[in-house]
Amino acid sequence: MLNYDIVVIGGGPAGLAAAIEAKKNDAKRILVIDRDRELGGILQQCIHNGFGLHVFEEELTGPEYAQRFINELKEMDIEYKLDTMVLDISKNRELSAINTKDGFMKIKAKAIILAMGCRERTRGAIAIPGTRPAGVFTAGTAQRYMNMEGYMVGKKVVILGSGDIGLIMARRLTLEGAKVLAVAELMSFSGGLTRNIVQCLDDYNIPLLLNHTVTQIKGRDRVTSVVITEVDGKKKPIQGTEKEYECDTLLLSVGLIPENELSKSVHVKLSPVTSGPVVNESMETTIKGIFACGNVVHVHDLVDWVTKESQKAGKSAAKFIKNQLKDSIDVVKTFANDGISYIVPHVIRTDNLENSLDLLMRVKDVYKDAKLMVKANGKIIKEINKRHMAPGEMERINIPSSIFKEKNIREISVAIVKEGE
Amino acid sequence: MYDVAIIGAGITGTFIARELSRYKLRTVILEKDNDVANGTTKANSAIVHAGYDATVGSNKAKFNVLGNVMFDKVCEELDVPFKRIGSLVVAFDEEDMNTIQTLYENGIKIGVPDMEMIDAKEVKKMEPNLNDLILGALYAPTAGIVGPFELATALAENALDNGAELLLNNEVKRINKAKGGYKIYTNENIINTKYIINCAGVYADHIYSMVTNSYFKIVPRRGQYYLLDKSAGDIVNKVIFQCPTKLGKGVLISPTVDGNIIIGPDAANLEDKEDVETTSDGLSFVQETAIKTCSKIPFNKNITTFAGLRAEPSTGDFIIEESAEAKGFINVAGIKSPGLSSSPAIAKYVVERVKSMAGHLDEKEDFNPRRRKRIRFAELSDEEKAEIIKKDPRYGRIICRCETITEGEIVDAIHRNAGAKTVNGVKRRVRPGAGRCQGGFCGPRVMEILAREQGKDMKAVVKEGTNSYILIGDTKEDSEYEITKEFVASSCDA
Repeated sequence: MLNYDIVVIGGGPAGLAAAIEAKKNDAKRILVIDRDRELGGILQQCIHNGFGLHVFEEELTGPEYAQRFINELKEMDIEYKLDTMVLDISKNRELSAINTKDGFMKIKAKAIILAMGCRERTRGAIAIPGTRPAGVFTAGTAQRYMNMEGYMVGKKVVILGSGDIGLIMARRLTLEGAKVLAVAELMSFSGGLTRNIVQCLDDYNIPLLLNHTVTQIKGRDRVTSVVITEVDGKKKPIQGTEKEYECDTLLLSVGLIPENELSKSVHVKLSPVTSGPVVNESMETTIKGIFACGNVVHVHDLVDWVTKESQKAGKSAAKFIKNQLKDSIDVVKTFANDGISYIVPHVIRTDNLENSLDLLMRVKDVYKDAKLMVKANGKIIKEINKRHMAPGEMERINIPSSIFKEKNIREISVAIVKEGE
Repeated sequence: MYDVAIIGAGITGTFIARELSRYKLRTVILEKDNDVANGTTKANSAIVHAGYDATVGSNKAKFNVLGNVMFDKVCEELDVPFKRIGSLVVAFDEEDMNTIQTLYENGIKIGVPDMEMIDAKEVKKMEPNLNDLILGALYAPTAGIVGPFELATALAENALDNGAELLLNNEVKRINKAKGGYKIYTNENIINTKYIINCAGVYADHIYSMVTNSYFKIVPRRGQYYLLDKSAGDIVNKVIFQCPTKLGKGVLISPTVDGNIIIGPDAANLEDKEDVETTSDGLSFVQETAIKTCSKIPFNKNITTFAGLRAEPSTGDFIIEESAEAKGFINVAGIKSPGLSSSPAIAKYVVERVKSMAGHLDEKEDFNPRRRKRIRFAELSDEEKAEIIKKDPRYGRIICRCETITEGEIVDAIHRNAGAKTVNGVKRRVRPGAGRCQGGFCGPRVMEILAREQGKDMKAVVKEGTNSYILIGDTKEDSEYEITKEFVASSCDA
């Protein structure tokens, strides 16, 4: 049995930040475990720039952003194991893990931080009819083939879904000489960042077809064409609007799902909305001493916010092993009301708050000139005017801790109030 | 000169090859595709039927009941998962109640054991997630589930272990009668053989017409399916049928041996013998029909949809006989449902036919009915896991996260007899990519292993068919980037 203070599962941006912050807060023996061949996670395949504007106040590429943390991790002599898979976790914080060098390992940790990230929704999840040829990729897999392995995945490409990876890949494929015919989006708005729509589609004259979806895939061995059809208000294809696009590749950027197979093995409670663990103010899950951060909790828009959230998880885990986290009975619950799909954290133990707390959330629709209204015990405590909100961009609201400490607050809710309401 | 040439490496072809490999015969399997189990065998309901619904006295009735009881032994010998979970045919109204009563009586005549007519209360007890409107059901405890492509690949492997030969990518183009037998011309070879066994699935009529005027036609009847994530795996415990229709056994809901849930099929007669595309109408029909049985099916946990072709014979029954016109040519045609269930008995029967044609057959002294056990890493105990990694470190590297499949298992699947050669071939044998991420993470790693183990370039690795290339080339070299940079600069200016 190997013994550690903290075991961090996942060496992507979340795991790296959590491990470093835990070390800074006096946790001694920390182990980061990653199943891939290098640290950095998906950032390593995100060779475009735009990372780090909030954390470093400069624009970095994904690998550059990751490298800053990897360097820091190494300077701090934090242990890590690559090409290593955690098979299961138990309630008393024992893990089993394997790799080719150490073989089968049993590891005991005082605290565990879950930082496994997320995976992509697939063709199966949205059940696109048609044949099942080669040439249908999730955008992230295509990105790995191109940016990590150096292979081209196609010449004439249609992209379904306007999530950020899909948008980034539209530009990447174009730069590599492929022709991106169109990006089809089921919704009436893009799920990606506005800057990506401008920089990746508009700049290259790639059409974004809102309210459209792929209704058929054709081709026996390799994709030969796809049919794109307009959808009505209920997202049902409108007959007669079918248009066939000759292509050899279909990329899917149709959503990300937090990867919680391990969390399930230890029966961490998951939120049906985020598909990630229910967490408290310290990013602790419903199981004592097991923390979670980053995309395994909820899918973020920017890596910078992953870093900040994970630093909190790392610091909290360090506090936990020093018995400094309080299991107070003063618990405040957060509620996502009108227009908000979820809020992280789900519960707040006020005794553990520092100066302030960030509430992270996503809105359900596109809103122009609307307000985010925060209520405590039903009374308005904060109103934030927003010119533009969209599901593709995460909203953060900072609440001073003093508010919680006053007046015996039991619940905090956030809702969207449209102009004139 | 071969003694026997089997055309088609689906479940019947591979089963017959395996049974023939018990004897001192030179047997070859000719397969047009690049892998075994590539047609109907890879896309069907994966059910071993109890056998109550076929016409009394038909081949279907005879072989299904005989075949059903043979599954335990062969699956144990070949290390293929088989579970006798039982089946229900549920009734929604009085008419259905009459239908299941008829099925029950029919089953008794055919010789299906242990069937029971059960009432709504008992149905609810067995299957709490089914809809309340169900009045009763026919319960057949002998029904089971099996991995059809796993079984077919195991049969092929075992046949090859015992001396049979397999020629993939050999499409039969022409068959001539020759002295003492036949000359088969494929796109690659000329095969001389005494006997031919036609197991060509939807193409069986086409193959038969190469030796004489075929009196039967095979119509491809497509069926579409949903396959749900393992987290939906406990929605039903048994194979749940609705009452059969003219076109088939109707839409079923069943667990698979791997713990997923399969739902389907619909039925549509087609012209095209390769048309395995799914359609939105077909999938909607399956969904709407299945909901009648169980309104709680979580279709949002779908991981893939697929379609398969049944080989529907114009005669309405399995065609298993030596041709009257072509001596030494045995048709095993029209093996639609319950074909998988019947396959062990069909194989045994065909061996008897070969025996009578040849006079007698000598058994091999060294026939081994077992194939080398597969290591299923996820199912090992901690101690076993530790031990196997110590022996072979490749078992310490997980390639497929969803199904916990190691590199060791994949390498083994590639190097066995009748081993995997394509990404889907690996998936069908050991399941990387069969989980919820559908190969998103493990796809590139599986390709890397396939390329390495077969001494190929990554770009030459295919998904399934010979031309199903996944990668089309390399990304640009550095020098080519100059143009790109200019392009970026100019577009930024704009």
